[in-house]
Amino acid sequence: MTIRELKEIIHADILCCEDKLDAEVHTACGSDMMSDVLAFVKNQSVLLTGLCNNQVVRTAEMMDMVCIVFVRGKTPDESTVELAREKGIPLLITPHRMFNACGLLYSNGLHGGDSV
Amino acid sequence: MTDVIKLTYKVDGEDFTRAGEASSDLKGKLKKMNVPPDAIRKVAIAMYEGEINMVIHAHGGEITVEISKDCITMVLADRGPGIKNVELAMQAGYSTAPDNIRTLGFGAGMGLPNMKKYTDEMKIDTELGVGTTVTMRVNIA
Repeated sequence: MTIRELKEIIHADILCCEDKLDAEVHTACGSDMMSDVLAFVKNQSVLLTGLCNNQVVRTAEMMDMVCIVFVRGKTPDESTVELAREKGIPLLITPHRMFNACGLLYSNGLHGGDSV
Repeated sequence: MTDVIKLTYKVDGEDFTRAGEASSDLKGKLKKMNVPPDAIRKVAIAMYEGEINMVIHAHGGEITVEISKDCITMVLADRGPGIKNVELAMQAGYSTAPDNIRTLGFGAGMGLPNMKKYTDEMKIDTELGVGTTVTMRVNIA
C-alpha cells in the first residue's frame, strides 16, 4: 500500500514530507524499543511507535524506513519534526492505540514480514 | 576506489539527543561513495548501536572509520567503566543500562547482539576502569 492509503486506514495526520505520500510501504514494525526495531531489517517498512523523541527518526534513518507513525495521538517536538524533514522521512500521527493501529493495517494487507 | 579513506568522529557523551549524528554523517558519505545499500545499512545500524552504547555507558568517546574497496572497519573507543562480563553482555536481552534509558527507547539488551549480527567480524577489548574498544568490520560484497 502507499503511505496515502496507510494514512487513511489509521485516520492519521501527516506532519512533514507530504511529497512522499505516494511511496510504497511493504512491511510494518511496531515497537517502543528502538533496539528491537534495529534487530529486524525489512525493505520499505513503516515504524509504528509510542516513543516520541528524535532517536525514533535516527532509527528509521539507519533502517531506510519509509515513514514513522506515532500512535495514541502523540505529537513529537519541533526538533524531531525538523530532523525528519531533513532526512526526508514522513511523520504521521494516528489517534489509535498501538494494537489497534497495527490491527487495522494488518487486516488491510500490511504484514510484518517473516519473523523466523 | 583504491585508496583507504579514514574518518574520525567524536561522540558527545552528555547529550542523548545528539547520539547517532556520527552514524548519520557516515551513512551520507557512504551513499555518495556508491557503497552498496545493504552494506551501508549494516554499517549504519552497527555504528548507531555503538554510538548509543557510548553515550549510555561511557560518557562518549571516539570512532574511527576506515573505508577500503573491500570492507568498512569501525573502531569505537571509550574511556568508560569497561564491561564486567562480555559473555553476558552479548546475550540478547541482558542489559545494565539504567531505567531512564528504557524510557528513551534503548536498554533492551540488544545493542551488542545487533552489532554482532550486522557485522562480519566484531572484537571487544575491555578493561574495568580503563575503557572499551569495539572493532567491527563489514565486508563490501
